[in-house]
Amino acid sequence: MKLLIKNGRLIDPAGAVDQIMDILIENGRFREIAKSIKKISGCPTIEAKDMVVSPGFIDMHTHLREPGQENKESIESGARAAVHGGFTSIACMANTEPVNDNRSVTEYIIARARQVGLVNIFPVAAVSRGLLGENLVEMADLVEGGAVAFSDDGHCVMKADLIRKALEYAKMLDVPIIEHPEDHSISAEGQVNEGFISYKYGLRGMLKAAEEVIVARDLILQERIQSRLHLTHISTAGSVELIRNARKLKTPVSSDATPHHLLLNEELVQSYNPVYKVKPPLRTEADRLELIRGLQDGTIDCIASDHAPHTRDDKDKEFEFAPFGVIGMETSFAVVFDRLVRRKLLTINRLVELFSTNPARVLGLKNRGRVKTGFPADLTIFDPKKRFKIEEKEFRSKANNCPFLGWEGQGAVAHTIVSGNIVYSFKTR
Amino acid sequence: MKERTFRQDHLLGIEQLSVGDIETILETAEAFIEVSSREVKKVPALKGKTVVNLFFENSTRTRSSFEIAAKRLSADLINFNSSISSLKKGETLKDTVLTLEAMNPHIIVIRHSASGSPHYLTTFARSSIVNAGDGFHEHPTQALLDALTIQQRLKTLRGLKIAIVGDILHSRVARSNILLHHKLGNEIALIGPPSLVPLEFEKMGARVHYDIRRGVKDADVVMMLRVQEERGAKNYFPSIREYRNRFAINREIFALAKKSAILMHPGPINRDVEIETSMADGEHSVILQQVTNGIAVRMAVLYLLKGEIHEALN
Repeated sequence: MKLLIKNGRLIDPAGAVDQIMDILIENGRFREIAKSIKKISGCPTIEAKDMVVSPGFIDMHTHLREPGQENKESIESGARAAVHGGFTSIACMANTEPVNDNRSVTEYIIARARQVGLVNIFPVAAVSRGLLGENLVEMADLVEGGAVAFSDDGHCVMKADLIRKALEYAKMLDVPIIEHPEDHSISAEGQVNEGFISYKYGLRGMLKAAEEVIVARDLILQERIQSRLHLTHISTAGSVELIRNARKLKTPVSSDATPHHLLLNEELVQSYNPVYKVKPPLRTEADRLELIRGLQDGTIDCIASDHAPHTRDDKDKEFEFAPFGVIGMETSFAVVFDRLVRRKLLTINRLVELFSTNPARVLGLKNRGRVKTGFPADLTIFDPKKRFKIEEKEFRSKANNCPFLGWEGQGAVAHTIVSGNIVYSFKTR
Repeated sequence: MKERTFRQDHLLGIEQLSVGDIETILETAEAFIEVSSREVKKVPALKGKTVVNLFFENSTRTRSSFEIAAKRLSADLINFNSSISSLKKGETLKDTVLTLEAMNPHIIVIRHSASGSPHYLTTFARSSIVNAGDGFHEHPTQALLDALTIQQRLKTLRGLKIAIVGDILHSRVARSNILLHHKLGNEIALIGPPSLVPLEFEKMGARVHYDIRRGVKDADVVMMLRVQEERGAKNYFPSIREYRNRFAINREIFALAKKSAILMHPGPINRDVEIETSMADGEHSVILQQVTNGIAVRMAVLYLLKGEIHEALN
């Protein structure tokens, strides 16, 4: 089984490559990367002239809802959504039913992912049993079972002693702890960012401080522990500044931001439309702009969608009663490309780092996020000029809770290639 | 009666009203006061129209007030009682409202604990929606009846200092009054502990005071808000005792306001908590007048939304 990709602009920051290259794939792996590879008779060929060829995109923060909430999403529908959005690998969070806090759930997810094929799925296991914040999961056993990272995600590890132990223990296993920074005693029953908007519209608020005190706490612990700490979906200027300062002290830390925090602000909640109800909440315009600066100066390493599918009925409610979350895998790249790359706030090369190189590094996926002979042939090929409208009917996800419906996207994904298989191609309409 | 210039489909909040809309509602309400003083307190302005009272929170005064208002306009009124409702069986708000709408009502009056619920209804309902209080957000008819009361007592709604004392953070009454008096250009003083009166409220055109004496000084209107014990349980203040000592209105503090000042409260009052009991019954208190005016204001709102001009008063 061979596949040849000709004349595309290969951008591979990990290999310091940005030039027109041909790529030959054989048996699911990169066989040859060269300026010109002769056409081979009978070998399927993708003509990638005027396209960008990137190491496969990786979304390191998704919720696939299986096992347990297959009415919202399943591993299969989530996988379809992923490749539609250009992702060749995704990491899925542990808040399934049952919780992914033991090897059997991790192995179930991996087995289902294999049956589905399409996309590489890397389970993130819980830090604490049952996500209850009390006792550590069997981390070594879970790593042997295939977990690539640990996170209590939305629950946040509220006990400083437990996050300390988790970071220490994870150091032995060389896996990251992913923290959703939120002090629940401060955010409590909050619905939106706390400030003028929350006060005016009578919605319970979540102070920025709820995030920042956990960011600060974890960074102080990490300064001594020097394990692998990843702060996910940071949303405030204060968090960016804390991470920036920690980097100066050489404290190991990585972070990501979501497209919705990068492109939307809290003013949208004035409509009381629950599609804008997310955790952390949409913040102020000043926060949003600082997140972009964080992407530009390297403080923020990755863009992750926090794809959180809900049923239509779940979200069709009073604002206060609707669940938090938006879907993102199918729109993440196109909206970020349109709003940040096309408008010259980021380069294409930096975008490839944010979507592929860095998430591979953060998750420790050693042979991914790079186009190199012998590595699994995961590629995302996109047309940087192609604009399209984001429409619900194109979604592969079961959900439609997307704040970008009706927006224009740019940088349409033309082909998603996972282990040498073309798992998605843009239909020319 | 004056030509109707009210162009709103719903009454969601004071936020959506122009000064002209507010004046129209108050003028219409004044005309309806006369109806309530008649022996037969009924006009046919909403004859053949159906009003649904959809109350998801306990409320005696607001629900009864809307009920009486609708009946005095000859509307058919249905009280949807949430305690015996299908909501207890897990029906969504949307399904409840769609079910009610299948019976073709003209106006739905909603009281709900979640801010923005009336706005949510307008995204799918066909009826006119009247907000009778949504979460901490707005309670527009309360602010309008307060304004009518102020106008009756002080003969003007301009150039006033309005002092609002208490749990501003959790008060829809406060928000609607702030919006209304800011639109009218009045001076607004908000008084309470910082935990219940965030400084950001100043962006709504108010001044925040932590000292009740300063806030009440030279006020034309002192509006007390009900303080709820559960806020103490969540440490917004240490105890009712300490709250009373710092923020309750008594004769000595009220004396700092203007001589003509009036004392208001949206009710239900906590005697000797936020308001000294003799003050509640005293000569400055307009608390019961507020209740009476509630009917006229709600008649005006229902009429302006769905009444026929040729079936107007007289």
